[in-house]
Formats: sequence, structure tokens, C-alpha cells
Amino acid sequence: MTQTLKTADVVIVGLGAAGGIAALPLAEAGLDVVGLEAGTRLTRRDFAPDEIRNNVRNWPQAVQKANHEVPTHRPNPDTPTTRAASHPMMNGVGGTTLHYWAQSWRLNPWDFRVASETTRRYGRSRLPAGTTVEDWPLGYDELEPYYDTVEWETGVAGRAGNVRGTLDPLGNVFEGPRQRDYPMPPLRGTGFTDLMAAAARSLGWKPFAGPAQINSRTFQDRSPCMYHGFCNRGGCHVDAKNGTAVTTIPRAEKTGRFTVVTRAHVTAIDVDQRGRVSAVRYVTDGTEFVQPAQAVLLAAYTYENVRLLLLSKSRGFPNGLSNNHGQVGRHYLSHAQEGRVTALFPFDLNTWYGLPAQGTAVDDFADDNFDHGGHDFIGGGNLWVYSDRRPIGAANMPTFGRAPSWGSAWKAFIRENADRVNVSYLQKTTLPYEGNYLDLDPHVKDPLGFPVIRITADYRDNERRLNDFIQDRMERWYRAAGAVAVIRSPLGTMGPSTHTYGGTRMGETAETNVVNRWGFSHEVPNLGVLGGSVMGTSGARNPTLTIQALAWRTADHLVKNWKTIAE
Amino acid sequence: MISRRDLLKAAGAAAAGAAVPARTGAEVSTTAERHDLRHEAATRAPLESLTAEEAELLTAIVARLIPADANGPGAVEAGAVTYIDRALAGPLVASRESYRRGLAALERYAIQSRGAPFRSMTAVDQDSVLIDVEAGSATQSAGFDGSSATFFSMVRAHTWQGTFGDPYYGGNRGYIGWDLVGYPGVRTAVTPDDQRLGQLPPRVRRSAYDGDSFNKA
Repeated sequence: MTQTLKTADVVIVGLGAAGGIAALPLAEAGLDVVGLEAGTRLTRRDFAPDEIRNNVRNWPQAVQKANHEVPTHRPNPDTPTTRAASHPMMNGVGGTTLHYWAQSWRLNPWDFRVASETTRRYGRSRLPAGTTVEDWPLGYDELEPYYDTVEWETGVAGRAGNVRGTLDPLGNVFEGPRQRDYPMPPLRGTGFTDLMAAAARSLGWKPFAGPAQINSRTFQDRSPCMYHGFCNRGGCHVDAKNGTAVTTIPRAEKTGRFTVVTRAHVTAIDVDQRGRVSAVRYVTDGTEFVQPAQAVLLAAYTYENVRLLLLSKSRGFPNGLSNNHGQVGRHYLSHAQEGRVTALFPFDLNTWYGLPAQGTAVDDFADDNFDHGGHDFIGGGNLWVYSDRRPIGAANMPTFGRAPSWGSAWKAFIRENADRVNVSYLQKTTLPYEGNYLDLDPHVKDPLGFPVIRITADYRDNERRLNDFIQDRMERWYRAAGAVAVIRSPLGTMGPSTHTYGGTRMGETAETNVVNRWGFSHEVPNLGVLGGSVMGTSGARNPTLTIQALAWRTADHLVKNWKTIAE
Repeated sequence: MISRRDLLKAAGAAAAGAAVPARTGAEVSTTAERHDLRHEAATRAPLESLTAEEAELLTAIVARLIPADANGPGAVEAGAVTYIDRALAGPLVASRESYRRGLAALERYAIQSRGAPFRSMTAVDQDSVLIDVEAGSATQSAGFDGSSATFFSMVRAHTWQGTFGDPYYGGNRGYIGWDLVGYPGVRTAVTPDDQRLGQLPPRVRRSAYDGDSFNKA
């Protein structure tokens, strides 16, 4: 039995990093907004400092939707697919902003113009073979006001490096110019991050404390961070992490214009005879609901954005919604964020507490911040070290060839070295390529019988060469700080990731992109898409703040053009 | 359900130390003394999923993975087997069959290759059997499901969880695992001094679920 509900002005599919942001400007503008979220609400009482629950048993999410829809992956069409046991993202009001690291970077201006800037500085031949990269349809300057809005409305702690062209060496001097500083100072340093910063300066590099969507002091009446060490795949027990569940979503609800529907498992987006989006279908406890809408913002994760479009077939869109140009699923990439370097020190580091966002960054080798004339790749990497360790993770540290992995000799090793290891986080420019894409898996289905996403994607020479270059720099940094041994991890695969891009890329032309410069479909005027799936390049840093700035901008555009878009 | 707060009120602070673990079982208490009581109870707790025979063999295995030695007690003393037994009746139930088959295969391999049941071997022979299992070379003859290395890495992972995880789950008894790696303990607020180089903060020994701050897993 299907129940048809009262028409909403806007339906948002997914209340995570992106949808949870868009709700606020829409509701504040007086639109009636319904947010459909597969998960439930979680509170600080759900966020125990418990490594088994957070890091071993994959989080206390009450609804396991994503984990039943894990994409399959193959590096190329000639290789069989494999499938991971769990999904990198979670379901819940606030989505993965509940348990993410909360690093909140702006992209570098270069990331918006990789194609033209590479051509201008080094010649067109330096664009890697097979890449489908395009300049974004907007530049950094156009997104800057929305970065600023999200930083101040949600609360980002950091140190500006470039305010209207005035550089501050204690901040990131490589960042694009910003109109003002962050609303809060950065998270504090630790003995270890101070040591690493000093080592970076000794190499002539420019270390700085990175930005975090976490309170370094009381902000909007919420607590500062307690640095207790359990927010790496854990929620905040004092609501100091400024995910959408404690920032924009409750504020949107207070307007009286925003209705949150939890446990809503969205299955399809309907279109009318004019080819416009008319409703969103969802299932709760076996009952199907049809939620009619004047406009729809699709704000699930990259895989689910693409899957819902491909599953929503109609006479006007026989290959899936907004896919008459065959672009849904194209230009996919998952960020080259593996390939870490792990170091062993001859002294205790005291990094048992803290959080992944409490760290020191080096951007000297990121983006196009250095001359690539003598290199065989484009782009770069952000080097990041931080204070974060828990006991099971510590006991699983590598033994650097100095001990076996169990038994008395291992025990002696771990007793001495459990607090002497550090793992860096190295995010690197990743490009879209012809042949890397998402589609529906022909064999694997979710519990409702719908196919899951199949990832066909692999890194190419540019990513591999860049990985070697960045690992060299990271090793040099660790050794300057006193490390006695390092291990370089492989770059890994382009399988399911927390940082994914493309699939509904934003661009000027419908021939190579799904959404326009405002985030609305080239083919369906009242369908907007939010999330990393609209981004055409990765940059060398976490995507969430950019996703949120774009989401706010798309919502703002909808408000300002309501009559044209929705009526 | 009676909350711990109510019990404390009713019993009075002095009597509560003994009364809480005895009366509520699953409730978690706050002092080391109370933990000792609970841990004794856990040691005697009936098995929830493994057979007695399986538990004895698993005990002999984890005793070699993290042995009691000059560097202190090991995985057996930490209650890793209790952790695994409970988890196999709950979140790890999907692995129950892998344990049944894997433990039986390991015992077959011990007898075939060394002529004795695993538990009656010397520690050196036990280690050599485990090295074969870890390397995957025990796979074929003993009839492991898939590679014996897969079984080994599963048991290792669960043993580490049971030794170094929160005691709430039945392992890490007396904080043996946290003492071994030098973990200063679960705090809900950490000061700048607690993060200094060259000086660890004082050890605190409590479960995440001591007190009433968090919903239980």
C-alpha cells in the first residue's frame, strides 16, 4: 500500500554533510523543506570512548543501509570484482559528519583550473594521457563567499594564511585569499605536533595547524573540544564537532519549515510528463511513501547519488534520470589518500590522546605550489601528521622488521614501542580518466533487490609518481624529527572510499557533465545534486568544506530563482 | 530496569561496592576492587558459544600468541577467550562456524604433523604449529576452510581485541592489555599537559561504560 504525502517545496535526499547544510538556507528563506534520511538521530550518549564499538565493530549506527549496499570494485573491465565487508560512510541524521575527522579545508585556487593552469604553465602535453579533467565552471573567487559562510555558520577552527592578500606565515600561505580569518583559533598543538613543526621549519618548509570543523573554544553555546581521542570514527561526546546534526539541521528545524524524516529508505525519483522531477519514493518498515516536491536536491553519498539516478528510469529518461547524455557515473575518482608513511621513533611520543584534526600540515608540495618543470607528474600532496592512537590500534602497529607479529618477542617489542610510532596522512591530487566510472553491478543486489554500484577505476601513472614524490618528502620530514625507521604503504586501489568525486560532475556543457554551474541538472531543471559527486577534481585535501560551500550555493541559487526553477 | 544510580542511593556508598556487581551482573562499577570481583565472576562464567573442548584449545593457542612471561601476564590472563566466546554469541556470530572448523583443523594438523594434540605439546612445538598455520602451509592436509592463514589472522585479530579492548566486552581483565602497551587510560577530557612530549599523564583505569555517561553497546 503506497501512501502519497502532501507536496513539499523542496525534498532533500540525505541529511549528511551536504543535505544537512542546504536545509538551513532553504528553510530560512521560508520554503517548506522535507529531509529524507535513512538513518536515525544519535546523541552524545551514543558516543562512548570505546575503540571496539567505533573502530572494530563499525560504529553504533542504528540503521545499516549503506552497509547493505557496499559497491563492488574492479580496477578495469578485464578483472573480476571484489567487495569490501563494510561501507566507508554511515547512515544517521548528520551522516558521516558525525564520525568524520572534521578537517575542513578550502581547495586551492589551482584545483578549480587544473586543465588551463597546467596548459598555461607547462604546456598541454603535461595533462596526463586519458584524463577527462576540465576546469570547474566556477573559480575559487566565486566559491569564497560560501566557504566563508560555512566556516562561520558551522564553526571552523583554524589560522588564516592569506586574508585579502596579506600573508601570515603561521597560517597556510599557499591558500587562496580569504575575506577574513576563521571564527575560532586552531586546535591546540601537542608536544609531538610541535616537534614535527620544528622539524619542518628546519627543512625550510612552512608548517601550520590545519583547519577543523571542531570547537577550539566555546562556539554557538557548544563546548570546546576535550581532545579525548575517540572521534576518529566516533561522534563527539560534548557536541564540539560541528557536523550538521548539531549545527545547521537543528537551526533549520527551529524555523518550523524543515521536517526531518528518519528511517526513510529512498528508492526512486519520479518525473512528470514534462520531464520534471515530481516526487521522491521511499520505504519505511515495508510501507512505501510518495513525497511530492516542487524541487528535489539529491544529497546522498557519491555512490548513492549515482545509483538513485541510474535506478530512476522513465520514458523520458530510459537510461536513468538526467542521463540522456550518458554522463551519470562518468569522471569518477576516489582520492589518493592511502600510500601513508609510518615512522618509528626512539622515544615516546605521547600521542595516546587527541584527534586526527589536531595536527600539523605542510603544503609546500601540494597542488601547484612548487615548480613541476622537472617532474613527471602534475599536482601535489598535503602532508599531515597528528596525535591520535588507541590501544587495539597501537597493539597492531607494524614491527619494522624488528620483531615477529606475535609471541614473547612481539610482546617485548610492543611494550617498548607502542607509543613510538606515528602514521602520516598524505592526500594527493587525483584526476578523472576515461575508463574510470560507476555503473550498476549486473550481479550483486541490495536486500530490496536493487543492484549496487560497481566501481571500475584505477590509479594511473600520474597518481603513482606523485605518491612516490610525496612519500619521499614525508620520509625526509620524519627523519628530520628523529625517526629511526619508516614504512611506506602502497597507494591502494580506487575501491570504496570516504573521499569520492564525480559521477554527476558539474560543468558548463551537458555533453561532458551532469549538473550545471549551480548544481542543477542540465536535463532536469528542478533537480539539484549535492556532494562530492559534482566535483571534477580532488585537490590535495579533505572535500567536506567544499561540498558544504557548494551545497549552500546551490540552495541559495534555488531560493533566488525559485519561480524559474520550481514553478 | 534499575539504574546504577538508584542502586547506589538505596544501598549507600559503602555497601554498593559489593552489592552492585553481585546484584546486577552486567552493571559496571568504578573502583579497582569492584573490577576484581567482576573479573572473578567472568572467569567462572559459563561459556556462551564455544564448547569446553574448543575453549581449552583456543586458550592454549592465545597463550602462545600473547604469552605470560617476564613482561607480564598475557592474553589468557586478560580474558581474551571470554571476549571471543561472548562475541561469537553476538556481533561475531558469523564467525562461529569458522572457529568450529578452524579449531578442529588445527588440532588435526597438530596430530598429523607433530604426532600429538596441540595442548600436550611443548611451547616450542606449539609455536612451530602456529607458524605453519599463520603461513598457510597447514591448509591442505588438515582441511582448513580456505587458507589456514585466514583462520590464524582471524584468531589473532580477535585475541588482540579481547586483550586490548574495553573490559566491558569481557577481555582486558585487570587492564592487562592497557598496562602492556602503556595506555594512560580512558579520559573524557584531556589537558594540554596530558599531551606533552616526554611525560605521560597518570594512568586511569576505567571502562567507557563506568558511570552513567553513555548508552551501552
